[in-house]
Amino acid sequence: MPSASRDLLLEDEIDTSRIDTVSSLQDLDHIKVELLGKKGRISEALKRLGALAPEERRAAGAALNALKDQVSEKIEARRHILEKAALDRRLQAEEIDVTLPARWEARGRIHPISQTIDEIIAIFGAMGFRVAEGPDIESDFRNFTALNIPPDHPARQMQDTFYLPPDATGERAVLRTHTSPVQVRTMMSEKPPIRVICPGRTYRCDSDMTHTPMFHQVEGLVIDEQTHMGHLKGCLQDFVRAYFGMSDLRVRFRPSYFPFTEPSAEMDIGCDRTKGTLKIGAGADWLEILGCGMVHPKVLENCGIDSTRYQGFAFGMGIERIAMLKYGIPDLRTFFDADLRWLRHYGFAPLDIPNTVAGPLR
Amino acid sequence: MKITYSWLKEHLDSTATPAVLAERLTAIGLEVESVTRGGLEGFVIAEVLSAERHPNADKLRVCQVSIGKGTPIQVVCGAPNARAGMKSVFAAPGMHIPGTGIQLAEGNIRGQASRGMLCSARELGLGEDHDGIMDLPADAPVGEDFARWRGLDDVLIDINVTPNRADCLSVRGIARDLAAAGLGALKPLALSPHRGTFPSPLRWEIKDDGCVAVAGVYFRNVTNGESPQWLKDRLASVGQRSISALVDITNYMTLDLGRPLHVFDADKISGDTLTMRAARDGENLAALDGNTYDLGPDMLVIADKAGPLALGGIMGGAPSGVSVETRNVFLEVALFDPRRIARTGRMLNLQSDARYRFERGVDPQSLVWGTARAIALIMDLCGGEASVTVLAGEIPAQPAAIPYRPSRTETLGGLKIDPASQEMLLTRLGFAIERGESQWRASPPSWRGDISGEADIVEELLRLEGYDAIPMRSLPLEESVPEPVLTIVQRRAQAAKRLLATRGLMEAVTFSFMAGATARHFLPSPVALANPISVDLDVLRPSILGNLLAAAQRNAARGEKDTALFEVGPVYLSPSERDQFLVATGLRVGLSHPRQWQGGARPVDFFDAKADCLALLEEFSVPTANLQIERAVPAYYHPGRAASLRLGPAILGYCGEMHPGLLGASGLGEAMAVGFELFLDRLPQPRVKAGQARAPLVASPYQAVERDFAFLVDRGQSVANLLKAARGADKLLITAARVFDLYEGEKLPAGKKSVALAITLQASDRTLTDKEIEETSARIVAAVTRATGAELRT
Repeated sequence: MPSASRDLLLEDEIDTSRIDTVSSLQDLDHIKVELLGKKGRISEALKRLGALAPEERRAAGAALNALKDQVSEKIEARRHILEKAALDRRLQAEEIDVTLPARWEARGRIHPISQTIDEIIAIFGAMGFRVAEGPDIESDFRNFTALNIPPDHPARQMQDTFYLPPDATGERAVLRTHTSPVQVRTMMSEKPPIRVICPGRTYRCDSDMTHTPMFHQVEGLVIDEQTHMGHLKGCLQDFVRAYFGMSDLRVRFRPSYFPFTEPSAEMDIGCDRTKGTLKIGAGADWLEILGCGMVHPKVLENCGIDSTRYQGFAFGMGIERIAMLKYGIPDLRTFFDADLRWLRHYGFAPLDIPNTVAGPLR
Repeated sequence: MKITYSWLKEHLDSTATPAVLAERLTAIGLEVESVTRGGLEGFVIAEVLSAERHPNADKLRVCQVSIGKGTPIQVVCGAPNARAGMKSVFAAPGMHIPGTGIQLAEGNIRGQASRGMLCSARELGLGEDHDGIMDLPADAPVGEDFARWRGLDDVLIDINVTPNRADCLSVRGIARDLAAAGLGALKPLALSPHRGTFPSPLRWEIKDDGCVAVAGVYFRNVTNGESPQWLKDRLASVGQRSISALVDITNYMTLDLGRPLHVFDADKISGDTLTMRAARDGENLAALDGNTYDLGPDMLVIADKAGPLALGGIMGGAPSGVSVETRNVFLEVALFDPRRIARTGRMLNLQSDARYRFERGVDPQSLVWGTARAIALIMDLCGGEASVTVLAGEIPAQPAAIPYRPSRTETLGGLKIDPASQEMLLTRLGFAIERGESQWRASPPSWRGDISGEADIVEELLRLEGYDAIPMRSLPLEESVPEPVLTIVQRRAQAAKRLLATRGLMEAVTFSFMAGATARHFLPSPVALANPISVDLDVLRPSILGNLLAAAQRNAARGEKDTALFEVGPVYLSPSERDQFLVATGLRVGLSHPRQWQGGARPVDFFDAKADCLALLEEFSVPTANLQIERAVPAYYHPGRAASLRLGPAILGYCGEMHPGLLGASGLGEAMAVGFELFLDRLPQPRVKAGQARAPLVASPYQAVERDFAFLVDRGQSVANLLKAARGADKLLITAARVFDLYEGEKLPAGKKSVALAITLQASDRTLTDKEIEETSARIVAAVTRATGAELRT
């Protein structure tokens, strides 16, 4: 570049090193005005181009424009540095104590009974069981008679029943002692095949360390033409293994007696009691967990189902009990206290929704 | 039912150990609750070789004791009866002494070494005698294990016999079941028929069908002394006290054979007839348990001409009971209707071993073998002469044989058992089998009154084979992906819990019960129980709020004054199932937040409860814009600060401040409490036909504008009316209307409030011009003014 021509147009050599040392954005702007502003030195020089001969004008113009770009670039680079420094200073000044607590939000919890019922529904739901429900105040017929528990049967002494005062016809309604009346309602209103589970509140006139007058049960019922005791065993083993999350949990079935099933059984799961606490799964001991059996033909007939064609099984278990076993809750009576400390400790996060596909949340 | 190993082996010829027996018992349905061994291990029979006076103590003796091996052991003993040559019981150092609970240590008593102890009956836990050490017969074998020698090393097995297995309420019954299960052979019961030597002076008469049949035998010149040691030991081994030979025989027959009996002192019976009859009003009986029972016509008694002597099948009367003086007795061997025994026992609240067995069912044939066995025992232990047996009623005929298909073990029980094995097992249980091709006839034995159908027989075979043998089968699925399993209400109840918990409320589960006094705040006549467990829980709750208030009060008492609780559960407005409702109920008490450094804590108010309700309703796609929200609420809410949420004719719920009267009664005093109740069964259900597809989204691409309007209006005018009028001014252009400010205060004229609305205008087909916006704004102001008398503030 013919610097001679450029020099002709600029009064002095431009010292661009000032740009690199300027320390404020304001000073940088001053420099920019001084050099590149409308009346800046480079602008003025460009205005003088017209006075040159065409040959010279072209060369000097190119040189001046290159100089203008160079200065402009330098200023912008410097601006970037100064702006960043200014932002850094601001951010530093805006610093807060991040150890202060977050804004308070209430945390609700799901009660272990609801959680356990949802778990049971998820597992049996995957096996094709629908959820059926019924009222807590039941007729004597549906709670006892239909289930092959006639008046004066000793089995009625196994359960201490809450009664309502007799109605106008002399009938005494009961608070259901089990959710079996829901099974009765289902059988009386639907045609087989039937697969239902009936979770709900149940009542017995009993209150001590290990009994509360109200508790929850889930019962299950399968009625079709071919389900037999092998299916009963398999279905319940599948359930307890899924519920306790132990694919090798040992189970044992023992003969027992219920008026509404024949054959009847009680189911035990493997456990260990040797270390002073109960541990499900390990060890050589057994823990009774539920009662079950093949539905008694008389119960089928009482509910209008042809017992020569249909058969199936039923089972029932205590929801608090299996919740206590799985989650290590020591005392049944605390379930109904609504003690906030207990609910925070034993409750479940609202989005920890049981789901056999997704698995647990924690 | 408690039995001992040695007693069991009197009936069962078996080499099985107690542990094996116990496991098998549980496997065949006789659940073993515990197996305990007698606690006297390690005590040996010792001979006192010498007993010299202790050099330093007058009352102590220094004894040299032989235990049959090794050198004699020195024991310092304080017993006055310690003497050379006597046989007693020795405990070595380190052993546990059951009667005192101490661990024995080697000692030095006043300068003399003592390397063990000679024990008294009390120290061994065998009685109260502590006057001296055990003084065993001279022939007691020195060095032998004392417990084994005395027969105290027995194993006690406690069995939970289910109500259907009346046949196993006896040692012999259990032995019979074990024999059927292949664990040994049942020994025959020695029965020799007895010929009476004279006619009975007493006879039976049945005047009530509660008694089916009864046998009687008159014994004269009996001696009712102490029972022999074997009988005392047998009874003691299962925790029963020996009373007298005759009473012990009846108890022994009950435990050993499951055959309850009764003996009357014949000299205390008036007349010559004992009658089974219903009791009469006004009669009573002083029973053997020391209580006097008032009787009524539903109860079965055994009476002579003077009145009731015993409660048939349950308990004898004291006046006609046997005593040491008894010389002549009358034996009763009866069969009763189990239901009648159960009812009488329940009415009197009287439990006994006899009732327990009769109400479950006693072998009808025991009228024959029980009488024979009782005669033999009485004659054997009490002497005397027995009469000819007198009888009334008839032993019921054996029920008809049960049709049985051997294929059912597989099709019902899931276990294939070959017919020959089935026949063998059933025969061992006492069944008589008539085999056919695929259909058999099976007659259960007389003692198995619980067997009535094919399923019962399948269970017998399965339990003897063991339920373990049944192969597991997972339940086949009808569809590979099961249908939804919840109804819409169930699904909503589940979701309501999760939603309320995310909104910060804790889920409570409280009793369905409530104290009547609390319940009457909610319903004038709540559903009462006939037999409540306590006065605090004597009715069914008509609202969950009462229980949540009580829970809040308990938490406040523990120092947690701010609570937010909910429960989704039933309430009961009448005994009818139509009046049980599923209600999502919430209660917030105290401050919305605890004090925090950002501030923002305030008392909970109506709008918290309203927000909870609306959140639930919107979650379930209830059209909340159509809700009618009115101050018409039940009396347990604050009449001015609570609302009902109505959709058409249906009240979906209530929300608002709790009535101060209720708060006071709940012990929450001046705290602020708001609650809500949402009736989940009443919410509109989704239209199934509509499917899940949504209507197309219509989103205008044109600019929306928001205009603010502040109105001055009477305080009584509801904001809903202002909003409704504003929206109605142009249903096409107005897309949203919201309240963004409310002011009621001194700066306004009395009785007025200022309501500021932000209204969004947007057209779907064009950008609105300024002129259109101005015109619409004017229409809004006019409409609001017309509808509510409001004036625009400028």
